[in-house]
Amino acid sequence: MATIQLDSTLERRESSLFGMWAFLATEVLFFGPLFFGYVHERIGAPDAFVAASHHMHIVLGTLNTALLMTSSLTMALAVFAAKEGKPLRLWLVLTASLGLVFLAIKGGEWAMEASEAASASGPELTFYFLYYTMTGLHGLHLVIGLSILAWLALRTATPSAVEVAGLYWHFVDLVWVFLYPMFYLLERYRA
Amino acid sequence: MSYLEEGFSLRSWLTTNDHKRIAVLYMLAITGFFFLGGAAAAIMRLELATPAGDLVSAGTYNRLFTIHGVVMVWFFLIPSIPSVLGNFLVPIMIGAKDMAFPRLNLASWYIYVLGGIFTIAALIAGGVDTGWTFYTPYSTRFSDSNVLLVIAGVFIVGFSSILTGLNIIVTVHRLRAPGLTWFRLPLFIWANYATSLILLLATPVLAMTLTLVGLERFFGVGIFDPALGGDPLLFQHLFWFYSHPAVYIMVLPAMGVASEIIPCFARRPVFGYRMMAYAILGIASIGFLVWGHHMFVSGQSMYAGIVFSMLSFLVAIPSAIKVFNWTATLYKGSIVFSAPMLYALGFVGLFTIGGMTGLFLASLALDVHLTDTYFVIAHFHYIMVGGAVMAYLGGIHFWWPKISGRLYPEMLARIAALTIFFGFNLTFFPQYLLGWLGMPRRYHEYPPELQLLNVLSSAGAAVLAVGYLLPLMYLGWSLFFGKRASDNPWRATGLEWQTTSPPPKHNFEAEPVVTTGPYGYDPAR
Repeated sequence: MATIQLDSTLERRESSLFGMWAFLATEVLFFGPLFFGYVHERIGAPDAFVAASHHMHIVLGTLNTALLMTSSLTMALAVFAAKEGKPLRLWLVLTASLGLVFLAIKGGEWAMEASEAASASGPELTFYFLYYTMTGLHGLHLVIGLSILAWLALRTATPSAVEVAGLYWHFVDLVWVFLYPMFYLLERYRA
Repeated sequence: MSYLEEGFSLRSWLTTNDHKRIAVLYMLAITGFFFLGGAAAAIMRLELATPAGDLVSAGTYNRLFTIHGVVMVWFFLIPSIPSVLGNFLVPIMIGAKDMAFPRLNLASWYIYVLGGIFTIAALIAGGVDTGWTFYTPYSTRFSDSNVLLVIAGVFIVGFSSILTGLNIIVTVHRLRAPGLTWFRLPLFIWANYATSLILLLATPVLAMTLTLVGLERFFGVGIFDPALGGDPLLFQHLFWFYSHPAVYIMVLPAMGVASEIIPCFARRPVFGYRMMAYAILGIASIGFLVWGHHMFVSGQSMYAGIVFSMLSFLVAIPSAIKVFNWTATLYKGSIVFSAPMLYALGFVGLFTIGGMTGLFLASLALDVHLTDTYFVIAHFHYIMVGGAVMAYLGGIHFWWPKISGRLYPEMLARIAALTIFFGFNLTFFPQYLLGWLGMPRRYHEYPPELQLLNVLSSAGAAVLAVGYLLPLMYLGWSLFFGKRASDNPWRATGLEWQTTSPPPKHNFEAEPVVTTGPYGYDPAR
């Protein structure tokens, strides 16, 4: 009986991990049209994109990148702690806090850029459209990630649940790793 | 105790996690949408019985073909085989107790219903007139119909497809019975597995593309409208990147159904099992690379057109392998022309005609003449109605004893199958000729010299309607008055026939062990 129990727990862990990987494949293609649209529009108006990119707040963007990267580390430590059977709530709270600070800074940026976006026209407007849509969708994913972390922290999470949540969190961080150079670092050296 | 006897209250159905009950919920929902989409088609065929646009206005006609397309594609064809037969059979055929994620499975159905509510709300609010393809900038700037509501409905129902696909993929990977190796899987499983990969990888692209259309329509900023510096071709690329593979979402499961029925009623193992499995994967992968053949005349690069044309010809090869192998399976078989077999044979023939005319359209020069004519309409209806709907009905009949525990009236079912086959050809074959003569699609009136062919087509539609209503009636009747089915009325192989009809809640009394491949048929027995 004990072995059967073990088997089914193991099976469930494998299934949920596999399911999350499959879901992330869907997510990559969900973001796909935005990245494809960005490439298409940027090829059409490279100079306007560079010009608009200089309005981004690079210090805040860089700080945010560092925050998210650190949150990936604390998330990995939470997964590690869960596997070792050690307390992990601290790591979850730390990860969520970093995510929250990211969102607060991002929200500030959105507000600061709103006036520039409103007065933009032509390809620069397209740049802002893509910027708000893509970082907005990323922010939405982060909010979902935060809800999952809160849910894990409030109950006794199984190690496999933490692992699955970790996969999702790393994916959301990874999306930002692409967004950051696309919007903030666009040919900065010309400045 | 069978799964049907686990509870009789509405609540026991609406809160079930049993994949078989969820399959039945799907069956009820998509049947409703099928007749809704069919009603729209009926009004269109009635309008086209005369050359003058006298029954409905041009605007109403636009709304009719849009709702027909939206409902039939997303609310009937795409969920038809995977969500009904796939949901019911995938776990049983691989010897599992249920799907990998039973609660997610139920959630998929509720998401489907929510998407359906949005679409019906749009219909009640006055409909939408963009065509099911939502081409920009008409959909983003000019149309004054309920584009946002319908887009929301399609967006939502897409997630239902994605989650079903994800569930099937994980189930097939992780829950196969001991001894059930990949090359012992029934071809129905292969087909649903490949379909699920497409659902998982193509549907999100549609979801995001429609989101961008919605944002552009709502905020007046975007990347598709040329007036805003956008590119309508970008929309078409993204839309067809989903919508071409979506054709394979509809037809691959149909191929899976035919591959189960034909060996059973020819009493012969499937010819070239491995090639059949590889052909399924081949169609699924090449299917991702041919979307540009919808855009030959849209102004895309000529060189892109040449490449897409060549790749479209390439996808015919695995499709032809399948047709030849089904035919070879019949060779020296002891063929029984039962109702499911009639549907399956109809499927093979009509799919072949639909596929061959697809090659006409994949030829660059011919497409200039045929694009946006009734030739295109006839072509894809041969694939989707002649192919997918025939196979779906064949599958429903074949597994009806397993699903309901009752036998359907065989003679009536054969008459219905032949009526549908006859009505279908009468409806759609004249449309090939109309298209060849240059009648464009999406108009509610036409020159009088084209009336004869249009009247034939409309008459065919009436026959087809009778053909579709027959199974609805006798299958409903058989639920209460049909003869009790034995566990394996067709003497078929496959794990689903080794359990009771209908199966118990967890499918098997004891976990099955598989020692041989599928299709152990012998024409002498």
